[in-house]
Order: sequence, then C-alpha cells, then structure tokens
Amino acid sequence: MLFFLYFKDLVGQEVTVELKNDLAIRGTLHSVDQYLNIKLENTRVVDQDKYPHMLSVRNCFIRGSVVRYVQLPPDGVDVDLLHDAARREARGG
Amino acid sequence: MSWAAPDDIFFSTSLAAYLDKKLLVLLRDGRKLMGLLRSFDQFANAVIEEAYERVIVGDLYCDIPLGLYIIRGENVVLIGELDVEKEELPAQMVQVSEAEIKKAQKAEKEEMLLKGLMRKRMEFLDLDKLAILFEDREVAELYKVIMCVCVCV
Repeated sequence: MLFFLYFKDLVGQEVTVELKNDLAIRGTLHSVDQYLNIKLENTRVVDQDKYPHMLSVRNCFIRGSVVRYVQLPPDGVDVDLLHDAARREARGG
Repeated sequence: MSWAAPDDIFFSTSLAAYLDKKLLVLLRDGRKLMGLLRSFDQFANAVIEEAYERVIVGDLYCDIPLGLYIIRGENVVLIGELDVEKEELPAQMVQVSEAEIKKAQKAEKEEMLLKGLMRKRMEFLDLDKLAILFEDREVAELYKVIMCVCVCV
C-alpha cells in the first residue's frame, strides 16, 4: 500500500522504468495501481537502436510484475517522509 | 485494476483507454504481438483481434498472422499504444517472407550457440592457474592467446 500511495504522489514526474528483460523506458508517470502496474506517457526507449519495434510507441502500460527498477529524479524523493511512512507501516502493519 | 467510469479512463491504469486500439504487446519470451485490444481483466489477460507476430532479425522483419488470441496476463511484459502518425519501424528495415525470416532466425540462433560455446572454452583457460603452471605470467598470457586462436580456427 505504501509504495502505491508513494507512486500516486509521483504522477506527472519523469521516470525511467527498467524491466526484468533489460528494456529501459523513460516517460512521464501517468498512473499506477495497487499491483504497481505503471502507465507511462511520452515514452522513449533508452537504447532505441536495440528495440526497433518500440519506435512508434508513445504510451504504454507496464505490468508491475516485470519491473526491476523505477529510476526517479534525485529531487523527486522526500527521503525523510518515506522513512517516517515506512516506520509507521512497520509498526501498524 | 478496477472497472473505470467513462471519465476515469483517462486517469487510471486500466487498459480501458486502449480498447479497440492497435497495440504492441511484448511477451516474457521476447515475442512481439500486435493487434486490436478487444477485452482485458484485472490480471492483464487480454483478447487481441487480428493479431500478428512481428519477428525481427537484424534489419529483416516479417508479420505472421495469428488471428484471434487470448493472452494470459502473466506472460505480458508491456502493452504499448502505437502512434499511427509515426513509422512503426526504422526506415532501413526490410520486410521479408515467413520462410526467409525463419531461415534468418535459425542462422542467428546457431551464431549465438557458437558464441556461447567459444566463451565457455575461453573461460576454461583461467589465466591465474596458467601463471602458476608456467611460473611466468607473460608465458601464461601467450599460451592463452594461442589456445584461443586454435579454438577459433
């Protein structure tokens, strides 16, 4: 629940999603759901030449189960807030 | 994914916004399917109509028609909406027949197998152990180079 709420706050930010198949996609976070499925807009693939089939894809839905990393802008994270939220979740959950 | 109300389609993560659109579906086994999304559910199971598989080998590609497909959600990596105004593939790519692309796939697979085999043989020649054997690192390096050349030839 915690990361779902956290990503909801990040909607609108530029992120890079790295998938388990090594594909990395940069785009604007459009939405997220409870499974941490991600929808990105204005997408471009990091290594475009290696993935020619992705050339005309501008929006995509990424299944949460295939995400390895979500790379965030360094100033997009309030680490202390996250820290507190995690502590609260650990205590309550 | 919950069922979205008409306006929610634009803000939620449901696939409702992609219904009846031409999509690219990437599967876990590396396949690329394309077609029209007709139905989906909370597991990202999807019904794709007029589906075809786009096989890409180097600069060659081929679209193999598949018909009506139901994809089990656990195999889905990504569902991408194709921008109709943009070219789907780079200009240098050439469309070929199914037989040709299968030939190219086979050749690529054999090349990968050979590369893997070569790499295994090279790794077997551990430089540090050889240095101990020859008591001289330079001789060990020379030995490894000669062995690698012999393996390749």
